[in-house]
Amino acid sequence: MRKHFSSYIEKVVQENDDIVFVTGDLGYNALENLGIKMGDRFINGGVAEQSMIGIAAGMASQGYRVICYSIAPFVVYRCLEQIRNDVCFHNLPVFVVGNGGGYGYGIMGSSHHAIEDIGVLSGLPNMTCYAPAFIEDMVTSLDHMFTRNGPSYFRLGLGKNMPQYLSLKEYGSGTAINPNAKLTVIAQSPVANNMTAAIDSSGHKSETDIFVINKMPLTTLPDDVRQSIATTGNVLVVEEHISIGGLGSAVSLLINEAALPVKKFTSLRAEGYPGGLYGSQSYHQRLSGIDQGNISEIINAYF
Amino acid sequence: MDNFLKTDITFNPLMDHRQLQGKLRTKILGLHYMANSGHIGCSLSCIDIMVSILKFKEADDTFILSKGHAATALYTMLNEIGEIPDEAMSSFYKDATTLPAHPAPQKYKAIPFATGSLGHGMPLATGVAKAKKLGRKGGISYVLMSDGETNEGTTWESAHFAVANKLDNLIIFVDKNGLQGFGNTADILGDTAAKSVWEAIGFDVVEVDGHSISAMVTAKEAFINNKNGKPKLILANTVKGKGIPYMENKMEWHYLPMNETQYTEAIAKINIDYNL
Repeated sequence: MRKHFSSYIEKVVQENDDIVFVTGDLGYNALENLGIKMGDRFINGGVAEQSMIGIAAGMASQGYRVICYSIAPFVVYRCLEQIRNDVCFHNLPVFVVGNGGGYGYGIMGSSHHAIEDIGVLSGLPNMTCYAPAFIEDMVTSLDHMFTRNGPSYFRLGLGKNMPQYLSLKEYGSGTAINPNAKLTVIAQSPVANNMTAAIDSSGHKSETDIFVINKMPLTTLPDDVRQSIATTGNVLVVEEHISIGGLGSAVSLLINEAALPVKKFTSLRAEGYPGGLYGSQSYHQRLSGIDQGNISEIINAYF
Repeated sequence: MDNFLKTDITFNPLMDHRQLQGKLRTKILGLHYMANSGHIGCSLSCIDIMVSILKFKEADDTFILSKGHAATALYTMLNEIGEIPDEAMSSFYKDATTLPAHPAPQKYKAIPFATGSLGHGMPLATGVAKAKKLGRKGGISYVLMSDGETNEGTTWESAHFAVANKLDNLIIFVDKNGLQGFGNTADILGDTAAKSVWEAIGFDVVEVDGHSISAMVTAKEAFINNKNGKPKLILANTVKGKGIPYMENKMEWHYLPMNETQYTEAIAKINIDYNL
């Protein structure tokens, strides 16, 4: 996903001379080419993330669109007030790109994880958070971001190609709704790859409606998602984010507001650091129950 | 007097401006008295700086008030130069106003950024200056900070960025009144606005009397013409509460509103001392 992201950015900055790229002193072995191609529009803001966002907002006020790149937690948590006051209050085209959302940086430890990022940012005024799951919807998310030109957060992770049974949708991707489906699964970010792998191996694919929602805040349920839930009455949400401020919370609220009858609602999400031990991304996914194996068990329990 | 001041296109910065300085002070005091609000001392300490910047601002210059708590000084000066209408001024601090106690976002062209939390103006102005350089555009990016604000880490992050990026189109004014939120700056983190500190990291720095418009305009013009690749800082030595003896150098006048007696006394003092 990162390679495809870089390729996309290299192309878009060549076609648009109003785009500036600012890195918080990161990008070794990834952004060198971009730096060469962009020349003086590629700026290293130093190890100074808060100032980077303020400077980006200042540049955006003068007509530039500014991409700010760092590791997700560094550019989200430290810079929250700059993102809120400088960027969001003024509805400026500053695109905050956080690499390694969720447990993406694995054994690097909790300082490098971002499992509350979307909850922290998605409530800010004018903000759209993008958390694509696959290479294909990463591209459509970027298209959306560079068309909308508002305050944005882009959560980058390790996504694979989208399975062929999913189609791109405005909100992400999904299957066509099946009137005989018994389960509605909704996921976000590359952990959706665990979800699709679990469904592939479950034997229940034909009875499951699958949706991947890659934009937050989620303020309305997409029509097909709502119809699916109304049909199945069974909902499973999978995300690599804590419950508070995440996809599961949003879906739950919207289901209640729409008075959809739901028999069973399961939220699989990042559970933080149970046991206080650390490991790879897949280790943390297992502890949180958002690994393929546990998702399979949860799905099977619905049938 | 109003008409004279608003239409005086031949305004000479090297002339005596006491009447303008006095008139703006009475307007600031009027706003605070009407609203029963604080932040008087910090507005009176920087109103003369604002005159020196905004009265002579070119079309392609930008100005950011980083010490957003001095909003009445900003509103008064922008009203003076026709950027904020009188009707809006009368709504200051009231419900449904465009002029709250700290500047609001996206309300006036002359207020490009909402401020109020300290340490934001310097990175923003640095970004504006960088954008001007990148776009090969003219104009100066001005920012007005408090000396207390130089405690903030973002001030120094962006200061180093400005030096590294050779932003000689960035001119910072520091309202150096020696007082901050809960004490003397010297007693808290020390003098984080010291001339030697800014010079050491690569700024051109000059110290001036922050209540002398001619001194500040002269310093500013010299900096505008000095395209040597170094960002500029004008340390404006000021007095918190300047012009009202019972407020001068008193930390409490960061917070207190005036009662009727105090307001009457303040206006009488300004009328006499500023020849109104």
